[in-house]
Amino acid sequence: MPTTLRINGSDHEVDLPQDVPLLWVLRDEIGLTGTKFGCGIAACGACTVHIDGVATRSCQVALGDVWGEVTTIEGVGTPEAMAAIQQAWVDHQVAQCGYCQSGQIMQAASLLAENPAPSDSDIDDAMQGNLCRCGTYPRIRAAIHTAAKMMQEA
Amino acid sequence: MASFKKIARRSFLIGSAAILGGVAFGTYKYHQPAPNPLSPKEGQAALNPFVMVDQSGVTLIAPRAEMGQGVRTSWVALIAEELDVRPEAVQVIHGPAAKAYYNSAMMAEALPGRGYDASNFQHSLGQVVGHMSKFLDLQVTGGSSSMKDGFDRMRMAGATARETLKEAAAQRLGTSRALLDTEDGHVIAPDGSRIPYTDLAVEAAGIDPQEAALRPAAQWKYVGKDVPRLDMVPKVTGTAGFGVDVRLEGMKFAAIRQSPHFGVGKTAFDASAAETMPGVEKVLDLGDAVAVVATNTWLAQQAVNAIDVTWEPAPYPETTDAIFAEIDRAFEDSSNSVLRDDGDVDSLPEGAQIIEAEYRLPYLAHATMEPMNATALYTGDALQIWAPNQGPTVVQKSAADLAGLPKEAVQVHTTYLGGGFGRRIEVDYTNRVVQVAMQMRGTPVQLTWSREEDMTHDFYRPGAVARYRAAVKDGKAVMVHGKIAAQSTTVEGAGRMLGLPMGGPDKGHVDAAFNQPLAIPNFRVEGYLVKPMIPVGFWRSVAASFNGFFSDTILDEMAHAAGRDPLEFRLELARAEWEPAAKVLEKVGEMSGWTGETPEGIGRGVALAYSFGTPVAEVIEVIDEDGQIRINKAWIAADIGRAIDPRNVEAQMFSGLAYGLSAACFGEITFADGAVEQQNFPDFDAMRMHTMPAVEVSVLQNQTHMGGAGEPGTPPAAPALANALFDLTGKRARSLPLMHEFDLLV
Repeated sequence: MPTTLRINGSDHEVDLPQDVPLLWVLRDEIGLTGTKFGCGIAACGACTVHIDGVATRSCQVALGDVWGEVTTIEGVGTPEAMAAIQQAWVDHQVAQCGYCQSGQIMQAASLLAENPAPSDSDIDDAMQGNLCRCGTYPRIRAAIHTAAKMMQEA
Repeated sequence: MASFKKIARRSFLIGSAAILGGVAFGTYKYHQPAPNPLSPKEGQAALNPFVMVDQSGVTLIAPRAEMGQGVRTSWVALIAEELDVRPEAVQVIHGPAAKAYYNSAMMAEALPGRGYDASNFQHSLGQVVGHMSKFLDLQVTGGSSSMKDGFDRMRMAGATARETLKEAAAQRLGTSRALLDTEDGHVIAPDGSRIPYTDLAVEAAGIDPQEAALRPAAQWKYVGKDVPRLDMVPKVTGTAGFGVDVRLEGMKFAAIRQSPHFGVGKTAFDASAAETMPGVEKVLDLGDAVAVVATNTWLAQQAVNAIDVTWEPAPYPETTDAIFAEIDRAFEDSSNSVLRDDGDVDSLPEGAQIIEAEYRLPYLAHATMEPMNATALYTGDALQIWAPNQGPTVVQKSAADLAGLPKEAVQVHTTYLGGGFGRRIEVDYTNRVVQVAMQMRGTPVQLTWSREEDMTHDFYRPGAVARYRAAVKDGKAVMVHGKIAAQSTTVEGAGRMLGLPMGGPDKGHVDAAFNQPLAIPNFRVEGYLVKPMIPVGFWRSVAASFNGFFSDTILDEMAHAAGRDPLEFRLELARAEWEPAAKVLEKVGEMSGWTGETPEGIGRGVALAYSFGTPVAEVIEVIDEDGQIRINKAWIAADIGRAIDPRNVEAQMFSGLAYGLSAACFGEITFADGAVEQQNFPDFDAMRMHTMPAVEVSVLQNQTHMGGAGEPGTPPAAPALANALFDLTGKRARSLPLMHEFDLLV
């Protein structure tokens, strides 16, 4: 039986077994490849999306259990119209290989929505589930502080 | 008809060729041009293009793997500097797998010598030897070599293109080229009118390529400056195409399970359960692996895990202890190399204090964030491969052999790489997708490895053991005698890549041990090679990743025994050998406010390593927080001679540090029953936001040669941390990972 998902403001009908994780529905069925597969066990954060605005590991949410509206990195901003947080990432030249950065940005966006002026310790707590093998953490931290300022000034 | 012009005093030639609706500029080396990978029409000159101009715009080719190190942007900056185009205003492509895009600098690293003491003559010799990689078809990204390789060639390609476009404009306007200027993709006439390059492309194709002297550094706009990375916006908007993001019409998704025992197959398998699972289209027997093709990667993974397989037993020692016993046994054989043998390590002055230490480091996985994957379409007489790879020509050759096709029938498309670190210089993952695609003729298939499959089927950084004997007297270093045993990355990794047997003294195996810029009067380093057991390969900084730890830790032990400040002790030895190494130590001391004293509850360590042409000194500070140790701060000073993009070099340095610290704290691959025990990130963790120290980086440009950037930040990380832990706790770490002996913050 097809399931209807609301993703980035549009409805998508998918016909897949109900236990397929949202990650693989997004990537292989709908073609939203910005959300990445890293570990499959919620240990790296590369697959982070928002469900009703809250950062969630999409590799751990079965299709049948998706409880709200999904936002992926593609729904945050586009190359032509980036969100403030993406601009902050560009300003600090954060990404190296870039593979984990969709997840990092989704996690950070969720943090900023909850806490508009996070401290370093708040950033440590919120971001420690997101792995980056290139070690871009110092610039991620700086970009989150900048994004917080940009969003407050906006 | 364009022609080539031989340029004296340089080993490469500059050429141009007509392409459909425009012109291509490029270089080729040696005496015979390599075939044009972009297939110009018959009768047109063949060259390896780096600049193409046609009606649609300017396209630059950056044939190096973008795996996070910023090579695409820096390569383009070199061309743009002379061509007068804005990097963000041109199209940049990776280009096809081609002999013409060989890496000359990487092979130059294989020359004998310590590196830091090379004369200009030897560096020129290095470039000549670099031609070898052309004959070996070696288009690879590795060895921290891209900027050394591209620095002259790419600026020259840009300058020649610019001058030829100007000449075309001069002929059209009936004026002299000398009166024309260029700016932002246009030729500027004396009256200020502007002709776009695109408009001159066809005319330029009919003109002999024009030479120009390279611009002096003082005029540079991009080289040596911070250029915004061209891949940044795609990478923060989820639009950068990695290997796993390839999507083709009608594409299927595959998963694989390979033998947990390296090099052997299976005795039996039963796929009946898998065959009826949802989404499954085909179960494939790959001999030493099984695969499932399905409509969705996850469904394929579920099904492949449901196959019941009995694997053949491992043909090598089955446990970590047994494997390390083999490494220990290598010391009983004769040494493979003695590449440093200064003075006499056997006769010591009376009263010298002897220090003996054995160091043991584990095998390590690369654990790139993007798991191994590739996509292929096989049509019987042709094969297309899309892969995040570090060596397109190696992928191409290996795939052609496997498919029984001529090389020309295999097209390799290189995507962005979600991390490389040396893992993607191998071709096992592209060969696997070729095996799958050949059984799915006409259907494109993407094969993605699970994280577990990736971690248990790597080409690992070899486990290594070192036995050091050293002596100090009256506060001075008298002697260092190191013996290093490990499986050889050169013999196994380079042998695989080049398809050649590698013999003789293995310089790579003792890199960052024999060639440390330290004036120790009696200094001997012996390399011992262990027979192949576990697959080993190139891991960020290769053997320097273990030798950096060995050669610096013994120094720290010596400084302590001699009652000397560890920074001062190193500085004295470096100053007497090679000034740039002393300078990075001085700098890191200054940055960190090094006093040699630390308050209760704080420890500091320093380390120095010279690798890939770059001396790097690092200071690390650790803090005891209620019994748990946190890495608080790191300072890095590196002298890379010339930084093409300082902000990007800074990123490479702290990235190298993070990679080194991750391994030092948490990294180990162990074996039981012949299989790797670690499966996923919880078993092989890395630095995270809360465990990564704050970092300050200083990029120096004192030395006269160009050093690498991608790898040299890694070797000093582990010893600097271990030395800091010694300062804090008085406990000397002689094995890694440190989590076994220290209560580190996790």
